[in-house]
Amino acid sequence: MSERLKLALGVLIALAAAFVPLIADGYWLSIAVTIMMYTALSTSWALFSGPTHYIALSTGAFYGIGGYLVATGMSDFEASFWTMAAIAPLVAIILAGAIGAATLRLSGVYFVIFTLGLAEMIRNLVSWVQNNFLGARGLYVLTDFDERHIYWMLLAVTVAVFLFGWLLGRSRTGFALRILGNDEEVARHVGIDTARTKILLFMSTGFFAALVGAIVAPRYYYIEPNVVFSPELSFLVVIMALLGGTRHLWGPLLGVVPFTMLWEAVSAAAPNATTMVLGAAFLMIVYLIPDGITGLAAKLIRTRSPS
Amino acid sequence: MDIVISGLLLGGAYALVAMGLNLQYGVARIMNLANGEVLVLGGLAAFWAFVSFGLSPLLTLFLIAPLAFAGSWAIYALFLRPLVKRAKSRGQLEVDTILATFGMSFFFVGLMVSLQAEYFTYSFLAWPISLLGSTVAANRLVAALVAAAIAAALYLWLNRSRSGLAVRAVAVSPGSARLVGIDVGKVSALAFSLGGMVTALGGCLISTFVTLDASAGVLFTMKALIIVIMGGVGDIRGAIIAALILGLVETAVATIVDPGLTLVAAYAIFLAVLLFRPQGLFGRRSA
Repeated sequence: MSERLKLALGVLIALAAAFVPLIADGYWLSIAVTIMMYTALSTSWALFSGPTHYIALSTGAFYGIGGYLVATGMSDFEASFWTMAAIAPLVAIILAGAIGAATLRLSGVYFVIFTLGLAEMIRNLVSWVQNNFLGARGLYVLTDFDERHIYWMLLAVTVAVFLFGWLLGRSRTGFALRILGNDEEVARHVGIDTARTKILLFMSTGFFAALVGAIVAPRYYYIEPNVVFSPELSFLVVIMALLGGTRHLWGPLLGVVPFTMLWEAVSAAAPNATTMVLGAAFLMIVYLIPDGITGLAAKLIRTRSPS
Repeated sequence: MDIVISGLLLGGAYALVAMGLNLQYGVARIMNLANGEVLVLGGLAAFWAFVSFGLSPLLTLFLIAPLAFAGSWAIYALFLRPLVKRAKSRGQLEVDTILATFGMSFFFVGLMVSLQAEYFTYSFLAWPISLLGSTVAANRLVAALVAAAIAAALYLWLNRSRSGLAVRAVAVSPGSARLVGIDVGKVSALAFSLGGMVTALGGCLISTFVTLDASAGVLFTMKALIIVIMGGVGDIRGAIIAALILGLVETAVATIVDPGLTLVAAYAIFLAVLLFRPQGLFGRRSA
């Protein structure tokens, strides 16, 4: 497929997706919102973690920053939703830049470990500040939005993520990133500033995650740090992206749709089994489909028609 | 003084757990993120033996040791060795083991929730003892002493015995170890299993003075990882000192500022290590 055809197809799909709230409501609309949210998160995650192989577990932290800043801004400082939704991603970008500068120069393990406890650490810090300095009261996010508005806003973010990924693929930075992912040593020798490239990409993940967190905040109405800083979210995003495959821009989408359905079904039918399902999903990805659904499909096509 | 004593006692238990992880990561090259869950499993075994049979956790240690060793060996042979064989590079192995052990950690949490969803509450040696003018719970002191004994035994074994020498050789360079006739696969499996065993023993000891629950593991994983990195990967002596530092700082922050901020304190240490001494406290910067 030519690039232009792909772009046209993408526009068509996005337009079709915009009509979903007109035909779906209630349960299905809420599923659609969740799918849209995870599509934005996983795709943006894969743009960084796919080529670099750095498993970022920070999505929950940035998402929480988005949600929490909207909540505290509206409840404690009487700011508008829009102001806070604009501030939150900027805060996340700065934080991601700082974390990246501290960890992305070192081997991947340090980064994984640092991001593993990040959401929990920020939650502890935020709870402490909230209890000691801002007064321990509930944070409310009261807006006129309903699920449809949230869906459309998330769709806009998702389109932005895809556009960003598409432009990145055609840019010098994207090219540098692919070389870096294949062999960091080589990348350094041809004069690529590897740390800077990785940090920039990580900042983009932080930006989008916080933006999504801010947009989804009105869905909760009442926000507690425990709810928005959920480590589980980080793992779900990783699973969905890897399940779909990170080689193509649209790969994570193929993981998001089935896994969201499965997750919703399991959460409703057997809430105690969710942890087990997370574990099984990780093991399945590592042992059975290490390249995701897209990788598996490509392999099947290759064996069918040996050329 | 209170802070110093209880900080050191807490650090003693951390040291044992970090030694376990150090064996797994430093020697077997497996970044085991299910480490904390193995610890909690050890705690669950102690709780269960105490509540059902009135067995002292100090005796349960002897039951846990062979079980944890065998279990870790089985996990290594069945799940991790295929990844070691499949990996084309160390980076690939790291990504694969991180994801696989995440899977295991969630699996263990799910398993433990279905076995015992409540807190593992039991009371063992919970009377006060006076130590250097400050009062501590007897269970903390006993746990720290037993942890120190196990750590000392492990240290002696690593530094004085022939098999310990082989383990250290693999830690330094698996490639060269193979050249001098060391069966790297076997030593890695041994190190991984020993690491799992030590971690489970640490969990058994910690459960005497910390109330654990099925999902407590990840916090311990975090702390063990921070200790291992602070001490320097593969450096047992560094890990012990790092564990004591972490125990002291955590206790100080919990008593002086707020108990909810211990993880924040651990992160502050972690950040300082990453910025100033990423090679560990005693490590030399590699060129």
